[in-house]
Amino acid sequence: MAADFNWAVGGEAGDGIDSTGKIFAQALSRSGRHVFTSKDFASRIRGGYTAYKVRTSVDKVQSVVDRLDVLIALTPRTIDENLDELHDESVVIYDGERTTMQNVEIPGEMTGVDVPLKRLAEDAGGAIMRNVVALGAACAVADFPIENLDSALEKRFGDKGQKLVDNNKEAARAGRAYVDEEYDHEFPYELETTDEDYVLLNGDEAIGMGAIAAGCRFYAGYPITPATDVMTYLTGRIEQYGGHVVQAEDELSAVNMALGAARGGARAMTATSGPGIDLMTETFGLVATSETPLVICNVMRSGPSTGMPTKQEQGDLNHMLYGGHGEVPRFVLAPTTIDECFWKTVEAFNLAEKYQLPVYLTADLSLAVTEQTFSPETFDMDAVAIDRGFVVDESTVSDHQTESGGFKPHALTDDGISPRALPGTADGAHMSTGLEHDEQGRRTEDTDMRVEQVDKRNRKVETAETREDWSPREFGDPDADTLVITWGSNEGALVEALDILGESGIDVRVMAVPYVFPRPDLSAAIEAAETVLVVECNETGQFANLIERDALTRVERVNKYTGVRFKADELAAEIRSTLTGAVEA
Amino acid sequence: MSSEIRFTDFKSDKQPTWCPGCGDFGTMNGMMKALAETGNDPDNTFVVAGIGCSGKIGTYMHSYALHGVHGRALPVGTGVKLARPDIEVMVAGGDGDGYSIGAGHFVHAVRRNVDMTYVVMDNRIYGLTKGQASPTSRDDFETSTTPEGPKQPPVNPHALALASGATFIAQSFSSDALRHQEIVQRAIEHDGFGFVNVYSPCVTFNDVDTYDYFRDSLVDLEETDHDPTDRDAAKDVILDSEKEYQGVVYQDESSVPYTEQHGMDADMSDIPAGAPENATDLVREFY
Repeated sequence: MAADFNWAVGGEAGDGIDSTGKIFAQALSRSGRHVFTSKDFASRIRGGYTAYKVRTSVDKVQSVVDRLDVLIALTPRTIDENLDELHDESVVIYDGERTTMQNVEIPGEMTGVDVPLKRLAEDAGGAIMRNVVALGAACAVADFPIENLDSALEKRFGDKGQKLVDNNKEAARAGRAYVDEEYDHEFPYELETTDEDYVLLNGDEAIGMGAIAAGCRFYAGYPITPATDVMTYLTGRIEQYGGHVVQAEDELSAVNMALGAARGGARAMTATSGPGIDLMTETFGLVATSETPLVICNVMRSGPSTGMPTKQEQGDLNHMLYGGHGEVPRFVLAPTTIDECFWKTVEAFNLAEKYQLPVYLTADLSLAVTEQTFSPETFDMDAVAIDRGFVVDESTVSDHQTESGGFKPHALTDDGISPRALPGTADGAHMSTGLEHDEQGRRTEDTDMRVEQVDKRNRKVETAETREDWSPREFGDPDADTLVITWGSNEGALVEALDILGESGIDVRVMAVPYVFPRPDLSAAIEAAETVLVVECNETGQFANLIERDALTRVERVNKYTGVRFKADELAAEIRSTLTGAVEA
Repeated sequence: MSSEIRFTDFKSDKQPTWCPGCGDFGTMNGMMKALAETGNDPDNTFVVAGIGCSGKIGTYMHSYALHGVHGRALPVGTGVKLARPDIEVMVAGGDGDGYSIGAGHFVHAVRRNVDMTYVVMDNRIYGLTKGQASPTSRDDFETSTTPEGPKQPPVNPHALALASGATFIAQSFSSDALRHQEIVQRAIEHDGFGFVNVYSPCVTFNDVDTYDYFRDSLVDLEETDHDPTDRDAAKDVILDSEKEYQGVVYQDESSVPYTEQHGMDADMSDIPAGAPENATDLVREFY
């Protein structure tokens, strides 16, 4: 594997850190290099330190590492914050003429490159371009052709006029020229370029693009970190495909609007994070019991309550699996990579409609705000297939009616899947409700129908388990004694960890699980392994608990859900028959 | 459905469990007649209902319908209408559903001005839970949870609507069948959010806001010189807390509904079998 190069720009919030980092990441991507970005937007002490980090290689990169080769430091704190990652050959680019940076000391053996960023920017047309001067300086330090920066600058500033683009190009060249003259190519870096074409996108964008590709036309949401990018991505784009985005007054409204659109027959979605999921849980049971296809995207962040809104966590698994009163099936999909965010979104819409239930599509902050390069063919739109499930039209509606002509949206079928009539379908008019209902969707408290409807809803899961592919993604040595299981965004780091472990002769089998419910049966793999580890970003091991439970011998279960309590003689009979069965077995 | 639509086509085969004499019978009949009269049929109509006695309406009417969770009927109706501009959407709920748990949504639904009809069956009491104060109960109305009355002024739904930028505000009385139907019909025909508060008396738990009370105190705005296009005049009527009235109190005749504001007319349920044409443009953006 080729050597990777790690670069960052850091300063105060408001210093233009994000757009500076993005320009450099795009320049690298355009030069045919792989890129993996990450953002620090810590607010743990006072002030608003923020940094944008880029890892790049000619080979695929899919994780962050604890090393920084070149750092553009706009504030002294940027250096302090990154001391652990800087090393003796690191280069720190800074503006020694900036008041706060005048007395800065470059630690240890590392090299300080003092560039008058502001002064050079002013010469090129405006102090605002000082970060671009720094990017030019970084090109000189990293021996990276500045022409790649030009195309990124055109993309960033093109719609604001050629003059601005030219000024920025000049500013970048001023930075490069200054370093070339003053430092005489004394740096140990050289970023080679390739002829590859890559696209660069983050997880939220991949989810948004997946939604449009999958035929989603309606999105309602309420802004929340780190899910907002899904909404901003869709805004202005989904309209071009006949869709619409509504900014609702709260998450209660957002999920109900999406539910309404789905009842209207649209593919609909909402996206939020933990606090919003809490609110949407009110409506979740209604979505599920009315058998409405809906995709609810949960971009997880650190909880509970407001928690750490800009920090990573995979802490909502239990909530998505069990949230809401009562019992009703739902699917939980957890894409493991940014490109899979696209494909799992497409799959989520198909599953929601095929099985007429809510699907949680869960990403997390790490996937959401991280950008990664992919070959454009990764997102092959011709490979997107839409399956709308069991929808009746005017010619088939009569096959699913009662004798008196009532449509049966909750018909008791063998596979649990009932016909669906979209509004406007003649003779398909029907009611749906959060109340327990009969086949026509009319309220009932009949104990037999109650049990039949519960069983029918659960049968959809059994059907899906046999009809769909719920396989995990496998990496490493399939015969290794050590099995590492993970879910969600940890896959990339784990796959790179395999290389590191391989260097010291440790073989590992990795299973990354994108399906939390239904999920693959891993018991054979667990049985075959000597050591099993479950990796996840939370404290209690929510996924580990599931895996352990799956691997356990089952208890005998006695359940009742007619709406009537247990009676003593009934329980005695149940226990007796279980014991008899056990003896016979 | 045939072209000959009668209001009974909007009746389901479920018998209402409302108390005999409940105002909701009249409210529902008027809604069904208004829907039939405006050329709708059950297959192109979507009724959204909330929770409470009023929420049962979706079961007793025949149409596409969703009986949702408490207080969120308006967002559901909004979603249906934006996804399906071709479908007639009618949202029904009670005073608790609309002005208590759903008050936040009410304000924003009014602001959005989505072209749908909102009928609130206002009986000034919580009936289904057997008689507690509602947000429109009088401040001295004694109930099991407010033995000395709520001691708070009732919500003025029309004032809330007017302040939120409503384009159609009306009130009717379930017992005045003809006028109630006419008023709901005008709300349906309005280009935008047609809001009708219906006095729909609870004969079991409210012995104050009774049929007799409304019959004696109601002023029909149509029989006065009230001009519903005059917002200031509407404001005066709405803020007069002594007055019980029926009729259209305000209508903005230049109302532009949400879908028109946003240039939306697509049936969102109609999608291709694969990614949309030009979807590859989305990938190219990320170069």
